[in-house]
Amino acid sequence: MAKFKGAVVVNTERCKGCDLCVVACPSSVLALSTEANSKGFNFSHMEEPENCIGCSACAYVCPDACITVYKVKVE
Amino acid sequence: MNVTDIINPSNLVYDKTSVMNDTPMHYCPGCSHGVVHKLIAEIIEEMDIQDKTIGIAPVGCAVFAYKYLDIDWQQAAHGRAPALATAIKRLLPDRYVFTYQGDGDLAAIGTAETIHACNRGENIAIIFINNGIYGMTGGQMAPTTLEGMKSSTSPHGREIPLNGYPLNITNLLAQMDGTCYVTRQAVHTVASVRKCKKAIQKAFENSMQNKGTSVVEIVSTCNSGWKMTPDESNKWMVENMFPEYPMGDLKNI
Repeated sequence: MAKFKGAVVVNTERCKGCDLCVVACPSSVLALSTEANSKGFNFSHMEEPENCIGCSACAYVCPDACITVYKVKVE
Repeated sequence: MNVTDIINPSNLVYDKTSVMNDTPMHYCPGCSHGVVHKLIAEIIEEMDIQDKTIGIAPVGCAVFAYKYLDIDWQQAAHGRAPALATAIKRLLPDRYVFTYQGDGDLAAIGTAETIHACNRGENIAIIFINNGIYGMTGGQMAPTTLEGMKSSTSPHGREIPLNGYPLNITNLLAQMDGTCYVTRQAVHTVASVRKCKKAIQKAFENSMQNKGTSVVEIVSTCNSGWKMTPDESNKWMVENMFPEYPMGDLKNI
């Protein structure tokens, strides 16, 4: 059981679907959506939200600063 | 605990800094420029120097850097950013002055300005993005293009007898007495992003200590110019760029 649980919010209009966050995620949380934003990019979203540990790896590598990360300690 | 409970301002651990505004960046998906812009913005926010920082935007893809970071900017003619930074820093010595340049800007047309600014030991920070190609104009060969690397003007790969050797300008700058901190970084993994952030921060701090010029080279990708996906170009960079441009500090005094 993970000690931390996290969640990410992707600014879907700003996301360009470059896939770097999906590659960087150590818990395979993120995936590119089948939906597209108004610019036609398949934006990133949480495919497996229960796996997220709030490590911020996705946010660090995101070139467009579109990921916000939240993290809580699970007792 | 479900996702809606976690998404709460009290649990926030990472958010876009306010120094970077909400204008969508024109860079291609996966471009390293975005990560470096973000690092500079975060450093400016953490050091609380938003009113005291002046950036010099180059010619190249990063020409529009002034649209994305909410600080004072000046646009330089192609390659002349270190000369302009020299003037601004000498006139306003209490400001943090940095240039943001690509390899076509810094290592080709701006070689003279770069070398002489470093030789004079101007108290500026030079952020040098090296992706081995002229990204904005269509992927032409740059001085930093690797041997055998394909570009739109070397479709069969760079040939040494015809085009010369890749120019490792950061090594040259490290030999100069005017530089105090010369380092080579990358932004392809979480660890490298963190190291790169520390390096840029050190360059900013050095510019206020009258130690000389700080140069931070960031070996980057140009996935559009290289005709690869962002992830493939990161892997290609590790395999091909890193042997020619090895990571680490070249000078730190």
